[in-house]
Amino acid sequence: MAPTRREFLIIAGLSAIGAACPPLARIVAAKAKAPEVRAGLPGTPGSMSALKAKRWAMVVDAKRCIDDCQDCIAACHYVHNVPAIGNTKHEVKWIWPERFENIFPEESHTHIPDAMGKQLMPVLCNHCDNPPCVRVCPTGATFRRSDGIVMMDSHRCIGCKICMAACPYGARSINFMDPRPFIRKLNLDFPTRTKGVVEKCNFCEERLAKGLLPACVMACEQKAMVFGDAEDPNSKVRQILDKEFSIRRRPELGTNPQVYYIL
Amino acid sequence: MKLYNRGIIIAGIVVFAAVATFPFWYNRGKSVSPPAVELDTPAIRALPERRCVEDAAFMRDNHMKLLASWRDSVVRKGNRIYTATDGRVFEMALTGNCLKCHENKSHFCDRCHDYSGVKPTCWNCHINPEEVL
Repeated sequence: MAPTRREFLIIAGLSAIGAACPPLARIVAAKAKAPEVRAGLPGTPGSMSALKAKRWAMVVDAKRCIDDCQDCIAACHYVHNVPAIGNTKHEVKWIWPERFENIFPEESHTHIPDAMGKQLMPVLCNHCDNPPCVRVCPTGATFRRSDGIVMMDSHRCIGCKICMAACPYGARSINFMDPRPFIRKLNLDFPTRTKGVVEKCNFCEERLAKGLLPACVMACEQKAMVFGDAEDPNSKVRQILDKEFSIRRRPELGTNPQVYYIL
Repeated sequence: MKLYNRGIIIAGIVVFAAVATFPFWYNRGKSVSPPAVELDTPAIRALPERRCVEDAAFMRDNHMKLLASWRDSVVRKGNRIYTATDGRVFEMALTGNCLKCHENKSHFCDRCHDYSGVKPTCWNCHINPEEVL
């Protein structure tokens, strides 16, 4: 996004002051020393270099997906303690495989090449710029962060499921029962959910805070998933989007989804 | 004034009063010792200075408020670093930080919570490694 007039004037003004008096800058820098950090308890953070962006986005290069590969799903579901319930009515989904006709039903027709029509591709929360789930949530449990991630705050979720009805992508699931017995292998670094709360993909917000890319992106050996800042022209996501033609799921709804597919 | 069904009514009142006041007279003269919170874990023993994030008195009184503010800070604002009043910094995390020292939840958290009859719902989602390992 281009800076607004106000931001431009502020930056221009500050730059002019900075250029006019370089000694002042040095004095200020010397005074603003980092606060002394006293190491102590085990939880003392070391060097936490969080990944930050103006607008997180993902590109799924579905041409690179290979048959029956579920590495991204396995990685995500392990990292986030997603239960494998087995019953599709109670299924909890963060990232899951679908075929072309279900991902882009409006683009589907009888003459889609087999290679594309039969290929399973990953779908996940689109982290919309204009998320309908956020608009309808009565408690503010789901919200959009300034970097574009649509987050769930399970602490505030009352399990009303209105967000599930509002989401046009089916990206939200409710826990009809305690998910713990259905988690194959527990990851102690991430909480589970409880009966009666809605959950969904969080773009690995907790990993970004530690400087790690999302689990699905790291797990994909085909490099079919790329994650980055859609507002940074030098980011990998932008380099791909600027070069190749991409489509998004149901953009006509005005949700402005931020997961882009290359087919 | 005539009281109809006097026998049943008075007997009923006596039974009600007895049941309602049962906890008081049953426990009369007994004293329940306050919970013994156990602070003796390997991680705490290894500390150079036995001091929680804030001092013990503050933590006893305000840990629930501190944890609630950590929760809001991490989830809503994405800020995971807590700077204590003495300048030390910590990662705001329940399983990832608090329980690293207080690894004995059943002898630490639970003892007080059971005594005072509070049932925090933290552990419905947050993992207590003691239980699952």
